[in-house]
Amino acid sequence: MIINKETITQLAAVQKRLDGRKLHDYRQPLLIETDISWTAEGSARVQIGETVVMAGVKLSLEKPYNDTPDEGGIMINVELLPLSSPDYEPGPPSIKAVELARVVDRGIREAQAIDLKKLCITPGEKAWFVTIDIMSINDAGNLFDAAGLASLAALKSAHFPVVDEKTGAIDYKQKTEKSLPLRKEPLPVTIYKINNSLLVDPTREEEETAQARLTVASDAKGSISAMQKGGEEPLSIEEVSSIIDLAIEKSAFLRQILTKSLQ
Amino acid sequence: MVYKQRLDGRKDDELRPMEAKAGVIPNADGSASFKIGKTWAIAAVYGPRELYPRFLQDPQKGVLRCHYGMMPFSGSGERIRPGNSRRAQEIAMVMTKSLEPVVDLSSFPNAVVDVFVDLPQTDAGTRCAAISAASIALADAGIPMKDMICSVAVGKVDTKIVADLTYKEEQIHEFNPESHDATVADIPVAMIHNTKELTLLQLDGDITKEGLLQALELAKGATEKIYQLQKKALKEKFLMGEKQL
Repeated sequence: MIINKETITQLAAVQKRLDGRKLHDYRQPLLIETDISWTAEGSARVQIGETVVMAGVKLSLEKPYNDTPDEGGIMINVELLPLSSPDYEPGPPSIKAVELARVVDRGIREAQAIDLKKLCITPGEKAWFVTIDIMSINDAGNLFDAAGLASLAALKSAHFPVVDEKTGAIDYKQKTEKSLPLRKEPLPVTIYKINNSLLVDPTREEEETAQARLTVASDAKGSISAMQKGGEEPLSIEEVSSIIDLAIEKSAFLRQILTKSLQ
Repeated sequence: MVYKQRLDGRKDDELRPMEAKAGVIPNADGSASFKIGKTWAIAAVYGPRELYPRFLQDPQKGVLRCHYGMMPFSGSGERIRPGNSRRAQEIAMVMTKSLEPVVDLSSFPNAVVDVFVDLPQTDAGTRCAAISAASIALADAGIPMKDMICSVAVGKVDTKIVADLTYKEEQIHEFNPESHDATVADIPVAMIHNTKELTLLQLDGDITKEGLLQALELAKGATEKIYQLQKKALKEKFLMGEKQL
């Protein structure tokens, strides 16, 4: 139950929020830290306010899919850990985790952010497959943006492991200098609609109060690679248009923080 | 004896560098982060809260329930499939058994106290790090406890009795070719701090009774170091408030 639902709704109408933020402000601190796990090929921790997620990249050598024999692959998985919220329970992924994973996946996949052809070693036989696992550590709202940011940061920090030339076995304990072939930097931003106002970076209470949301993944050029509408109420085309403008602006803002954090 | 100097240069009774923090997960009722070398455990406690399904409830006292999970990217080899493996289930069970003796849930009939531990990176000693983290998190949550549980692995590499084995020491044959006929024993233990009684005792490998008793003697000093760190983490939380991971 959301105790402050009424208040949040009324405040939104006058461009205000319960925690005093402006509608288009992210919470602070907004931190991105990479190389947090020595066992992952790439890893990152993202904190937005009290929300914390970790992401880890693992690489493996596998047989390419039959319909794309000259390409590697990518898989994204989200675990909403029971450690991160009293609302999450152990067990198979909930629909929330599945949607989150698929939206982050499409943002990266459809932008062709990773050059999958460059992951191929021997067509039809062997290619690199990239798996990103996103773990919620403290869900205080806006896992969508945090997960997208953590995934991209983990991908950017990843290095290929050493492969034994004779046996073809991967030595995961040794990393090479080579990083992943990234072509673009798509970041998803989710805009929420409460009482006809649009806002970013919701708290859990704001998420539960919102009538609609739209996630827009966009790259540095403003190209959109994935969208996902959620929530119970419809959005007008005019609203979608304003949401896209806002999402692209915030995507650039987050990309700037990411670049700075990786320096 | 071929194993004269430990692979990472530590003294026999020396633990890897450690770091502990309490109150790292705002959503949880109690939480902790515990690092020992490159092994990292994060623990969160939720409860006492109502236990469902109801047939699991105990009308006499609350139920302690531990959960253990290595993150998919936390193994030193291939990705680990998420989900409850047989190994994770067993570790969760021994964690619960190792913490139960000091936790008093008699005031919370029909309730459950859930302890979730997840590990972002590992290098041996994960169940011990998980238990040491869980003990801090339970205390942080204000769960009635009569003592702290301090956990660390001890063991034997070749003829040397050592504390806090690394993955390389557990797999010494792979990393030190001269030690092909050396034997290794890995003994994860958890101790009640004041009484030095054991609440976790497992053993993998090859060791004599004398060797085992020597290792358990070494464990007293090793768990004392864990205790001092746990105490420091809790004090810092209550003096300075919540911490970032």
